[in-house]
Amino acid sequence: MDNSGKKQLQILACKVRMGAIEGVFNAKSGHLGGSLSAADIFTYLYFKEMNIDPKNPKDENRDRMVLSKGHCAPGLYATLALKGYFDKNELKKLRHIGAMLQGHPDMKGTPGIDMSSGSLGQGISAACGMALAGKMDKKDYRVYTVLGDGEIEEGQVWEAAMFAAHHNLDNLCAIVDSNGLQIDGAVAEVGGPEPIDEKFRAFGFDVQVIDGNNFDEIEKAFNHAKTVKGKPSAIIAKTVKGKGVSYMEDQVGWHGKAPNADEYETAMKELNNTLSGLEAE
Amino acid sequence: MAEMVKKATRESYGEALVELAEDYPQVVVLDADLAAATKTGMFKKAYPERFIDCGIAECNMVGIAAGLAACGKIPFATSFAMFSAGRAFEQVRNSVGYPKLNVKIVGSHAGISVGEDGATHQCNEDIALMRTIPGMVILNPADHYEMKAAVKAAIEYHGPVYIRLGRLAVESFNNSDNYKFELGKGITLRDGKDITIVATGLMVSRAIKATEELEKQGIDARLINIHTIKPLDRELILKAAKETGRIITVEEHNIIGGLGEAVCSLLSEECPTPVTRIGVKDVYGHSGPAVDLLDEFGLNTSNIVEVTKKALNK
Repeated sequence: MDNSGKKQLQILACKVRMGAIEGVFNAKSGHLGGSLSAADIFTYLYFKEMNIDPKNPKDENRDRMVLSKGHCAPGLYATLALKGYFDKNELKKLRHIGAMLQGHPDMKGTPGIDMSSGSLGQGISAACGMALAGKMDKKDYRVYTVLGDGEIEEGQVWEAAMFAAHHNLDNLCAIVDSNGLQIDGAVAEVGGPEPIDEKFRAFGFDVQVIDGNNFDEIEKAFNHAKTVKGKPSAIIAKTVKGKGVSYMEDQVGWHGKAPNADEYETAMKELNNTLSGLEAE
Repeated sequence: MAEMVKKATRESYGEALVELAEDYPQVVVLDADLAAATKTGMFKKAYPERFIDCGIAECNMVGIAAGLAACGKIPFATSFAMFSAGRAFEQVRNSVGYPKLNVKIVGSHAGISVGEDGATHQCNEDIALMRTIPGMVILNPADHYEMKAAVKAAIEYHGPVYIRLGRLAVESFNNSDNYKFELGKGITLRDGKDITIVATGLMVSRAIKATEELEKQGIDARLINIHTIKPLDRELILKAAKETGRIITVEEHNIIGGLGEAVCSLLSEECPTPVTRIGVKDVYGHSGPAVDLLDEFGLNTSNIVEVTKKALNK
């Protein structure tokens, strides 16, 4: 990736992080830690990778994305708003009564949301169904699904993984946002899903382990995934939970907490500094 | 006049899928390693490219169906009721019901008439579970012709539907030449003024025989077949309550949460009427031949006659 392309993505990802924080701050609740860890993946998917058109969000030939870790909706919503699926003012109404943006993704009411999700483990199954429909209809769209490393403790994830490989769904790409933390503590201590890469490999996936907050590695991984034939792809993206905001980084307490006014100001100041730094380069 | 056939509704379901496949190319059928038992195997044989065996993983199967429906398919996700409605309840609620996806959830081997497999497989809770999902349509057809018509109606209706199938063969009482299936509409099979029997599924043919017996004993019982448990035909049941003043419900399901309770809820709010519920009385079943079990649990003609007479103090 050339430097200007990378910088563009970094600027967009910074704006995605600010949008997610804006939403959660105004909602007074929501999940920032995982929204921020996955922000670079969301940014790359919607601004570089996927064949999509925000003006035609139901196009039957579009690429699909299912946010299996649906609680990280604030990050996805901020990405969709930035991409132009809906007005960014919607972010401030996140989780409010009557708002379009629900606490977890609702495909019925939100342009750009391909599947309702939030009950962990279910999104990847729906993504497999979409990928299978593409195969049956001989369409060449691709299906992406973003999971959490805590989420994969759900047995349904492995039912879906077995299905995807058994049906040779090479149009499916599962990204595990491996930030190492879940509500009750470190993923390694709570549920112990590691080694994640070996598990997906054993289930028949092509597996790549990358730094999920590094656009060079993200691009390389998605480009490789597209070349894989006959089996699904898994990208284990090692990320930092709360990435981009100093006091949230790698802190289990920021899984599902809204910042107070001071914390909000600090976070926005930090991200604004990052943004100005990128724009000044 | 159609011939009388004695067939399990699971057979009729399998036949219907095959017969309708050409007219409805969006239909795809999913099963979880029970195709031989649920009769989706007929479809698998005729249309292998539209059949998806999901293996023994019902929760994933429901999610696969949701994804297929989101891409324009009309999936029939089939397993035993215990698993498609029971084990995968939360997937049905969150991945199908909430997004209002066009998925048909099919529960075969419902009720105690599963027989010898025993309590772990005798699902007397599926209707209760499915009733609690907002917008879910629940169909429990009573015979061969009704099941075939119901499958067509489910395809033509856009949205989540639950269809209940039975394992035990049942004598048909409908006529295919003029049988009309209207989603959400009950059918008055026999008019009567003394009391109303409201039956569903496997119990309808038994209730028909009960009304014949009651007639011999001088009791003029109305009989309503409720093939759509949700949305319930409120008008027809309210009218029967007003005109006959007394209701008996008959179902092969727990008396908690099924047809009986749906009827009670309606009547207690709109037209308080004494109701007696015949069903499985909040207990587990056990192994045994299906017909013997139905007798043991009071799900037979003689018990319907007894309960009806008792309700009328006769």
